Amino acid sequence: MDAEAAKYIGAGLAVLPLFGVGLGLGILFGNFMQGAFRNPSATSALTPNFYIAFALTEATGLFALVIAFLILFS
Amino acid sequence: MAGMMTEMLNQLMQSTFMDIAKVAGPLEQFEITRLIPVPANPGAIDLSVTNSTLWMFIGLGVAVLFLTAATRRLSLIPGGMQSMAEMTYEFIAKMVRDAMGDEVRPFFPFVFTLFMFVFLSNFLGLLPTIPGTPKGLAVFTPTSHIIVTFALAALTVGLVVVVGFVKNGFGFLRLFAPAGVPLWLMPLIVPIEIVSFLSRPVSLAIRLFANMLAGHIVLKVFAGFVVSMLSVGGFIGVLSLLPMLGMVGVFLLEFLVAFLQAFVFAVLACIYLQDALHPAH
Repeated sequence: MDAEAAKYIGAGLAVLPLFGVGLGLGILFGNFMQGAFRNPSATSALTPNFYIAFALTEATGLFALVIAFLILFS
Repeated sequence: MAGMMTEMLNQLMQSTFMDIAKVAGPLEQFEITRLIPVPANPGAIDLSVTNSTLWMFIGLGVAVLFLTAATRRLSLIPGGMQSMAEMTYEFIAKMVRDAMGDEVRPFFPFVFTLFMFVFLSNFLGLLPTIPGTPKGLAVFTPTSHIIVTFALAALTVGLVVVVGFVKNGFGFLRLFAPAGVPLWLMPLIVPIEIVSFLSRPVSLAIRLFANMLAGHIVLKVFAGFVVSMLSVGGFIGVLSLLPMLGMVGVFLLEFLVAFLQAFVFAVLACIYLQDALHPAH
């Protein structure tokens, strides 16, 4: 196989973790909503933790993106 | 109606205003240019003032000006500026209290400075560049370069190590051997804990850097869609409104991310400092 082609395939494979990030964000948002709807008075207490978890989960996808860029551009 | 719109878009495409958008790739915005070379011909030692330095100083200047102006005339009933400054202060103070308790008040200035610097670097980098600005002076996000974020992360973890050893002596090493773990598990747990400690500055740095980099690239790629669809013209040119609307959405998300990442950076710095004070958790 061509080295250039392998590079593009590798970059494509490197963003596969987005599968997990998508699942994770879905679970996160779903559970947050569930908690918020069941006990609306607790929503304000949940929000900061929710945002931290959101940022941490999202960062995982970005790690994958950085690896893909490293493969593509180096 | 569509014809009129196409006519308008074609005119827009021909203006010099779009020239930059046509040639620049999505990674062009991260290029570093020397504004004032120090020394005159930089060799091995390069202390030049670059656009990155400029924007760090702008961030610093904004923070200093804002906080000085806000606390100039203090009153019991705060005015607009003062209440904004108080909200920022209270927000971080509350976060530090929640994450670490009262004994870590001495570290509050560090965490606050870290938050303000990262937040303003992220935030000011989202300002639009006025078309026609010379290349070196275009809006730039210092935190989109890994060396900047790594320096901040290494400073934080370095502080954790120094504080840990000063406060606990060699007891700080208990951080790597959590209490309550059976002895036969130790050979497994200790290396894991060491690796997890060593990866802290790296993950802290990459998280912030990757968020900023990815956000700006996505914005630029969407902008590229708009420009290339416009240059096709006709019906597709009118359809370019869709990526334009997408860009507005991503831009709003970027404001949230700029704030969140600064906040997460500060929270994690707090959690790590907490570890330094109580290694045997």
